[in-house]
Amino acid sequence: MLKTFRIGGIHPPENKLSAGKKIEQLALPDQVVIPLSQHLGAPTQAVVAKGDKVKVGTLIAKAGGFVSANVHASVSGTVAKIDTVVDASGYRKPALFIDVEGDEWEPSIDLSEELSAHIDSISAEDILRKISENGIVGMGGATFPTHVKLTPPSGMKAEILIVNGVECEPYLTADHALMLEKGKEILIGVRLLMKSIQVNKAIIAIENNKKDAIANLELLAREYEGIEVCPLQMKYPQGGEKQLIDAVISRQVPSGALPIATGAVVQNVATAFAVYEAVMKNKPLIERVVTVTGKCLTHPSNFKVRIGTSISLLIEAAGGLPEDTGKVIGGGPMMGKALVSTSVPITKGSSGVLLISRKESQRKESTSCIRCAKCTSVCSMGLEPFLLGTLAERGMFEEMEKELVMNCIECGSCNFTCPAHRPLLDYIRLGKSKVGAIIRNRKK
Amino acid sequence: MNLIVIAVITLGAIGALSAVVLYFAAKKFAVFEDLRIAQIEEVLPAANCGGCGNPGCHAFAEACVKAEDFSKMYCPVGGAAVMSKVAAILGKEAKETVPMIAVVRCNGTCAHRPRTNIYDGATSCAVASALYGGDTDCSYGCLGCGDCVVACKFDAIHMNAETRLPEVVEETCTACGACVKACPKSIIELRKKGPKSRRIFVSCVNKDKGALSRKACEVSCIACGKCEKVCEFDAITIENNLAYIDYNKCRLCRKCVEVCPTGAIQELNFPSKKVENN
Repeated sequence: MLKTFRIGGIHPPENKLSAGKKIEQLALPDQVVIPLSQHLGAPTQAVVAKGDKVKVGTLIAKAGGFVSANVHASVSGTVAKIDTVVDASGYRKPALFIDVEGDEWEPSIDLSEELSAHIDSISAEDILRKISENGIVGMGGATFPTHVKLTPPSGMKAEILIVNGVECEPYLTADHALMLEKGKEILIGVRLLMKSIQVNKAIIAIENNKKDAIANLELLAREYEGIEVCPLQMKYPQGGEKQLIDAVISRQVPSGALPIATGAVVQNVATAFAVYEAVMKNKPLIERVVTVTGKCLTHPSNFKVRIGTSISLLIEAAGGLPEDTGKVIGGGPMMGKALVSTSVPITKGSSGVLLISRKESQRKESTSCIRCAKCTSVCSMGLEPFLLGTLAERGMFEEMEKELVMNCIECGSCNFTCPAHRPLLDYIRLGKSKVGAIIRNRKK
Repeated sequence: MNLIVIAVITLGAIGALSAVVLYFAAKKFAVFEDLRIAQIEEVLPAANCGGCGNPGCHAFAEACVKAEDFSKMYCPVGGAAVMSKVAAILGKEAKETVPMIAVVRCNGTCAHRPRTNIYDGATSCAVASALYGGDTDCSYGCLGCGDCVVACKFDAIHMNAETRLPEVVEETCTACGACVKACPKSIIELRKKGPKSRRIFVSCVNKDKGALSRKACEVSCIACGKCEKVCEFDAITIENNLAYIDYNKCRLCRKCVEVCPTGAIQELNFPSKKVENN
């Protein structure tokens, strides 16, 4: 019997349309729009000005604190302006516009395809420094700066590294494609991550619907001591950090505590790959693999895309925007968010672009809660979404805090399962933002 | 026969005993309440809207009796009329207050502000604004889900189906401020009602640069500064790409309305100007 997490969970249709598709390099755009804040934490400060020439990999915005990440130019050319752009959040945010001229890279970046495997001479401090300098963030979607996660708070010690290759989100196949094509690099990335937190055990967790990736990494992992591949039963939201820790090492993160409290540090496979490139090739996080998918799309694909490329170009390359498109979603169908326009740029956290037909995208009419408790039984954090939804609707935010709304990971399982089609997650998100503000005010 | 007598005597005795117990209990546990509280509550509107800052009318009455500084107490619903009655009960002077009214500072109707996407989430402005900037390019303007309408206890604010903007009913608005608190975009403001209900205000809260806000909405404030220059009373200030008219300084001369290139400054309840015949 394969392992999985213990509380709740659902089985949405997989729809992995682009599974097995090779990673294609997307042609360079004419202009990129690079948002200055692509991570969780303090915003960055631009260090270039209008008219400046930049190369691929040039630092363009400096981290605004410890919990922040540098941003680098993903193309070579001239800075056209520093302005604002509506990003995936649906709000106008500061961004840097760069007109592309040629493709000239910073000389410090090693462009060879050759595998660099000699990690013995690199110290843990060097690894952390390079990760931080090169602006690596968690690429599973939360975009938390990686160097922060690899620096446990004092008094806490990591015991094990869990590498997240679960990709439980339906439709998305970016991590899957990466595990098939860049297995060797990922494993070296895993070794580097292990060294940086000084653990000698790592488990790469992959859901059982990616048998080829499991076989590939199992074969490669034999060469390394302490790295193990752990196939998991399919269940959403297994890719959630807390769910994954429970599934792999059967430990639960206490309410309000950091995952490190269980002794585990979780990193995504795409992050491991980015860490390999950052440390061994000195390459900043300037491109990533993005799945472009949808049932109405002619060529669902996995593209390697420069950060800042407009989503419309990806859709164009995947066969063009179908007439019947109802929503374009940044991310997957469960956790993703409908975008306000197709000119939204790809950022470090964009794992996918999903097109949904008009008919499929329509919300069903919401009716009264019938107290069936389906939402409660699927909630992987053990919450009562029906209650939280009602409390938020009535503005009872103090009560929501007592009901532990801040534990919600916004996986959307409650919305998915509700037979009355209640917009539970919408209200819970509102509650989380209000309760978050209450907590911040109390700390002041 | 005997049975009936026994029953009557027993029940009678229990009744008499309870009466005695209750009499002494009532004396012993009597709660003294200032009689004026009930009197004040009588003259209050009994709307329990919370506009005064207290949880309800009874709490407000209590607060009035206890208040050291009576001039700070004000019932926005009852207004000056009710407050003078309350003052009479307490033997104090009521403070002169200026009548206020809720003003919706967004004129982004469907015609003025094109919809660029369709919102199909929960019908709540709070939810929509937690999610994204809204279904137009203006991320400051009215979302049109009607949280203010739900919050109003006096049926004084309605959604206009055509414009998708809320409209305040002059007669019933009590300026309790419930809609101001409910609006997640802080569009609604309490302003001085003005003589003959005449008011002038900037009907826009967009803080984007002029070109951007103009692109999103025809009637947005572009912060050109013309109104600030023309105002003789120093009532207009421009901050964060947005003009604001101080209602305490404004003398309702309407010069700013004339010079505003986008029509963002609105005048209400003025007689229409004579059309000049050439």
